[in-house]
Amino acid sequence: MNPLGAIDLAWRYVSRHRAQSFLLAGALGIVAALPMMVRVLVSAAQEQLRARAVATPLVVGQPGSATDLMLTALHFRSGGDKSIPLRLCDEVSDSGLAEVIPLHVRFNAQGAPIIGTELEYFEFRGLTIAQGRMLTRLGDCVLGAGVARKKGLQPGGAIFSSPEQVFDLAGVYPLKMRIVGVLAPSGTPDDDAVFVDLKTSWLVQGIAHGHDDLAKPEQSANVLPSADGGVVGSAAVRMFSEVTDKNEDGFHFHGDEGEFPVHAAIVIPSDRKAEAILVGRYQKSKELQILRPVDVLEVLLGALFQIEKLVVGALALVALAAGLVVALVFALSFRLRQREFATLAEIGVGRGTLWLAKMAEVVFIGAGAAIIAFSGREIAVVMARSILVKGFIG
Amino acid sequence: MLTIRDLDFSYPNGESGLAVPQWDVANGEAVALVGPSGAGKTTLLKLICGIHQPSGGTIECVGVTVTALSDPERRAWRLRKVGVVFQDFALMDYLTVRENLLLPLRLGAGARAGEEGHARTLADQLEVSRYWNKLASELSQGERQRVAIARALVHRPVLVLADEPTASLDATRKSQAVRLMLEECRSRQAGLVMVTHDPELLPLFDRVVSLEDIVS
Repeated sequence: MNPLGAIDLAWRYVSRHRAQSFLLAGALGIVAALPMMVRVLVSAAQEQLRARAVATPLVVGQPGSATDLMLTALHFRSGGDKSIPLRLCDEVSDSGLAEVIPLHVRFNAQGAPIIGTELEYFEFRGLTIAQGRMLTRLGDCVLGAGVARKKGLQPGGAIFSSPEQVFDLAGVYPLKMRIVGVLAPSGTPDDDAVFVDLKTSWLVQGIAHGHDDLAKPEQSANVLPSADGGVVGSAAVRMFSEVTDKNEDGFHFHGDEGEFPVHAAIVIPSDRKAEAILVGRYQKSKELQILRPVDVLEVLLGALFQIEKLVVGALALVALAAGLVVALVFALSFRLRQREFATLAEIGVGRGTLWLAKMAEVVFIGAGAAIIAFSGREIAVVMARSILVKGFIG
Repeated sequence: MLTIRDLDFSYPNGESGLAVPQWDVANGEAVALVGPSGAGKTTLLKLICGIHQPSGGTIECVGVTVTALSDPERRAWRLRKVGVVFQDFALMDYLTVRENLLLPLRLGAGARAGEEGHARTLADQLEVSRYWNKLASELSQGERQRVAIARALVHRPVLVLADEPTASLDATRKSQAVRLMLEECRSRQAGLVMVTHDPELLPLFDRVVSLEDIVS
C-alpha cells in the first residue's frame, strides 16, 4: 500500500471537482454549524443578560409583569404607559434604606430609546463621557456610543424625539435635543440609548412645554377672551420645539412633579439587610412592584433553556439526517465511480490503497465541512456581541 | 520470459472460457496476437497479468509464478512489473496527462529520480507532451490512446501487454506508437504481447501468433 499516493489521488479528485466538493462540504458544514451557532448565541445572550441583571440589585415599577419591568429597567424596552408617580421613588429613597435612580423609558429618537434619568445613573453604571460633556440643562442629551456611531452623530449636533404615533394630531411635538456628549462604549444596552435629564423626558412627553409668554404686551393679540379669568392663547401662540438660551425660561411644568411618571427605578440598597427590608415592605404593595432582576432573569432563562434544548435537539436530528444523506451521497458516488476503481485495480492498485483513497476523500470533505462549521461558530461569536442581545430585548 | 502450461479458465457464469496447453514468449520477444473477435485474446492478456485467475494450469513470468500469487501479490506484481494498455485506455479523467503517466509510480513503489524525465521523453515521442498539464477528459480518443501507451511503459515493465493499442490512431501514429513500444521493450529485453487486427503492423513483430493455434 502506498498511503501518500492514495491521499494524493483523493486530493486531486476532490480539488478537480471543486463545485461538487464545496457543495457537499458546505451542506455538511452548515448543518453541523447550526447547533453550535445556536448554543453560542444563546450562551452569549444569557451571559450578557445575566451580567446586567447581577449588576442591578433591585428594580421598582408598576405592579404587573416582572419580566416587562426588568426589560424596561435594564434593557430599555419601552414601558409605554405603565408608569409610577415619581413620589413613590422618593418614598423609597426617603426610607434611608436605598438610593433610587428613576428611569423614564417611553419615547425614542431615530429608533434609539430616550432614557430620562439622573446623573447618578451614569455613576452607577460606570459610564463615562468619551466626547463632549455631561447633561447640564433642559434639552441636553448624551448619546450612547452605538447610537453616535450608527447615526453618525456627535456633540454639537441635534437629534429629534419621535412621536409615538405619526397620525396622532393630539400627540406630542417632536423635541429637538442638543447633543452635548457621547458616552464611551460599554458593550451594554446603554450604548444604544439616548440619555436625557428626567425633566427633558417629561418635556418629550408633553408634560412640560414652552411657548410665547402671553403676559408680554406684544402677545396681547394672541390672547383669547376667557370667562373664568384665566389666560387662553390662540392658535397663533408659538410652541417651542427646542430649548434654547432665549426660550429656556418659557418652559414650565403643569401640575405636581411628584405625580409625574417614571417607568422604572433602580434601587441600590445600602446593605443586604436594607435590601431584605425593602423587598419585604413592598412585596404586597398595590402601588409598587419591587423585584430582584437576577431572580426574574433566571426564570426567564429557565424557559429559554428549555426552548434552546428543543431547538438544539431538532437541529442535531437535522444534522444526523444530513450526515446520513451525505453518507448516501458518498456511497452513490463511489458506486457511480465503480469503473474508475476497477480500472485502478486492473492497473494493479491494491485494495488497501483504494480504500484509503476513498476514505481520504471523505476526510477532505469532512475537513472542509469542519472548517465551515467552525467558521460559522466564530461568526456566531461575533454576532452574539451585538445583534442577538439587542434582538432579544427588542 | 513467459511460460504458460495447461492453462484452463472458465468464466464465473460457468461459460467455457479458454484452455491453453502450452505457450512461451522468449526474453525480449515481441509477439502479435491475432484472432477473431470474441476468441479470448483480451481474456488471455488478463490471465497473464493476473487480473483473472485461472481454474487450472500455471503462468510463469520472469521467474514469478503468477498463478501461485494471492490477489494482493498479483496486484503489486502487476503494478510494478507489467505495463498494460487497455482497450478502453483506462485513464483517470480528473488527472492530467503527467499525473496519469506517473500513476503506476505514485501508487506503486513511488516515483524515483529521473522517472518523470522518462515519462516526459515517452510523452514527447508519442507527441502528447504538449498536453502535459491538460486533463485526460480534455483529450481526443487518439491522444488518450497514446497517453495510455506511454503509461504502460513509464515504469519500465518486464512485460508489456497491449490490447489493440492502435485502434484509435491514424496510420502514421499507429506505426510510430508500435515502433516506440518495440524499441522500449527490446532495449530492456522486456516481452511484448500485443493484440491487433491490423495486418500492416504484423511485419514489425518477431512472431505472429493466432490464438486459434494455441488454444485447445
